[in-house]
Amino acid sequence: MDTNAVMDMDVFNDAQAAKRARLRLISATIRYILLFVVGLLMLYPLIWLVGASFKTNSEIFSGAGFIPQNPTLDGYIKGWETSTPYTFGRFFWNSFLIILPKTIGTAISCTMAAYAFARFDFPFKKILFTTVIATLLLPNVVTRIPQYILFRDLGWLDSFLPLWVPSALAGDAFFVFMLVQFLRSLPSDMEEAARVDGANSLQTLVYIVVPMLAPALISVCLFQFMWTMNDFLGPLIYLSSVDKYPVSLALKLSIDTTEAFEWNRILAMSVLTIAPALIIFFAAQRYFIEGISSGGVKG
Amino acid sequence: MARVQLRNLEKVYGGSVKAVHGINLDIEDGEFMVFVGPSGCAKSTTLRMIAGLEDITGGEVIIGDQRVNDLPPGKRSIAMVFQNYALYPHMKVRGNLAFGLKIAGKSKPEIETAIADVARILEIEPLLDRLPKQLSGGQAQRVALGRALIKKPSVFLFDEPLSNLDAKLRASMRVRITELHRRLKGEGLSSTVIYVTHDQTEAMTMGDRICVMQAGRIMQVATPKELYNHPANLFVAGFIGSPEMNLLEGNLQGGHFVIGSQRLTLGDEVLSRLSTQPRDAVLGIRPQHLALDPSGLKARLTNAEFMGHEVYLHAELEGQKIIAVVGTAEFEQLGRTETIGLKPSAEHINIFDKADGSNVSLHRHRLAA
Repeated sequence: MDTNAVMDMDVFNDAQAAKRARLRLISATIRYILLFVVGLLMLYPLIWLVGASFKTNSEIFSGAGFIPQNPTLDGYIKGWETSTPYTFGRFFWNSFLIILPKTIGTAISCTMAAYAFARFDFPFKKILFTTVIATLLLPNVVTRIPQYILFRDLGWLDSFLPLWVPSALAGDAFFVFMLVQFLRSLPSDMEEAARVDGANSLQTLVYIVVPMLAPALISVCLFQFMWTMNDFLGPLIYLSSVDKYPVSLALKLSIDTTEAFEWNRILAMSVLTIAPALIIFFAAQRYFIEGISSGGVKG
Repeated sequence: MARVQLRNLEKVYGGSVKAVHGINLDIEDGEFMVFVGPSGCAKSTTLRMIAGLEDITGGEVIIGDQRVNDLPPGKRSIAMVFQNYALYPHMKVRGNLAFGLKIAGKSKPEIETAIADVARILEIEPLLDRLPKQLSGGQAQRVALGRALIKKPSVFLFDEPLSNLDAKLRASMRVRITELHRRLKGEGLSSTVIYVTHDQTEAMTMGDRICVMQAGRIMQVATPKELYNHPANLFVAGFIGSPEMNLLEGNLQGGHFVIGSQRLTLGDEVLSRLSTQPRDAVLGIRPQHLALDPSGLKARLTNAEFMGHEVYLHAELEGQKIIAVVGTAEFEQLGRTETIGLKPSAEHINIFDKADGSNVSLHRHRLAA
């Protein structure tokens, strides 16, 4: 009787375990299918964009599929030539000329401003920091006209200067705020150790703080790069000569000037336009995640 | 010369919170001075003011012959070891050691020689090409020590350097630091040490002198022995020693110390030491200085802790807790009993004025000193 009862319990337990395993499998399957479907839905426009850039113009609107029937590089070749006297390479170069000083300037100026706010006491610090945060909350549109007038008076219109100089002087409150928050989370012991080692504030910043700040700085540069690459309004307002257009404006150009839109050219150039941002994002994403100051501090 | 002098040193936070109340202290050249006290007693703040990491609100810090109040930390000829090591996480051990010298503009060969020397002394040669995150706590602390040593400073400042280590490592690092200090002193190098800790074992074993602090004030500065045997006040008496000194409240009445219904006759030796005879007094006696004696003060035994070679007897004397440490053999002779007699050894009795907490039984000792 007893042995039977034990046997029954074993059989029962096994059956329960099998049931649980089956349920787990079903639940995992459902979850993965759901994730896959939603993921695909999100990515589909991007996939379609890449696929359609290899299609002929007539094929683009004939179906929703993304695999081209007769793949052609026509869109890329013709799109690159553009309808202007310049090739698309020129516009990429223009974008680069804006992005490079802007990103480097942002990294340097925001680091210095954030370091000052996070680590030093100076008169009116609170008011100044509040002002920085206030500008963060201010809608961009509000400042467009006064800024335009200012740059006009400086004689900067139709040049790259209005597009990168404000940012290179820590004009982006968001980045300053982001770095201040990051710095506040870092222990100040290392900086104190550096001061005891004889380093002055600038040496401490360069040799000790910046390396620890690297993950945040990479994020700042990445954001600045992507936002500048995608910025349309800024160049539209300040640039009037076609030879100074960055890619964002150049894309629009190809829509404006042709009567019948050559969609495959536009799509092909769109693919090229997002490529740098995508490549840089995937190359740098590991720094997004990488922890900071590991090992330097215990306790 | 690396004498460190603190003159009326004050620290006020935010214009109103006074953390350090005018400290005066002379630390001799080559001396190992320990700041000890409970957390929040401003010992670290004081150290950081000496280092230059904290602004000085009032008073002076003098290192050698120079007033250093307005000098940045790097110009004070000090080196500091931090509680959490504060190694530069992105530099290898070699880089961590070299940083200070590089900033000081030393040449490459000089730096290499200095690193080799320090690495040999601290036995960190195999670690030189590792990053801080690849070091254990003990190794990291040795590197931090090396970073201080390599600068050949006049004064070493330690801010609770061992409190992140486990007990065993702490004991060995304690010995290492003391030996290092002795070695530097032997070589005629400047080796004044100011060491902050909340651990009284560290304080007692390492310090030439100990400065006991509480709430931003110095309670007593003395050698470990002096501090242990002749605490200047009730705070020091209760803080130093483990188990703590017994502090029995009672009255001084004509050569007797009266606790409730019992009276202890204070011998001439004790009476001759008293500078005053406060009525409300506290008798301080260390647990080690109580002997089992049926003629002593009667106490009710509440617990006995067997510690191996000795036994901690917890008892109640007229409603006050008392601890005695006796040998295992003595304890076994006691047999089963509830009431024990405890006799304090006369020369170890300290009498405190209950009103202000000061030790009034240091008289003869003072004269002798």
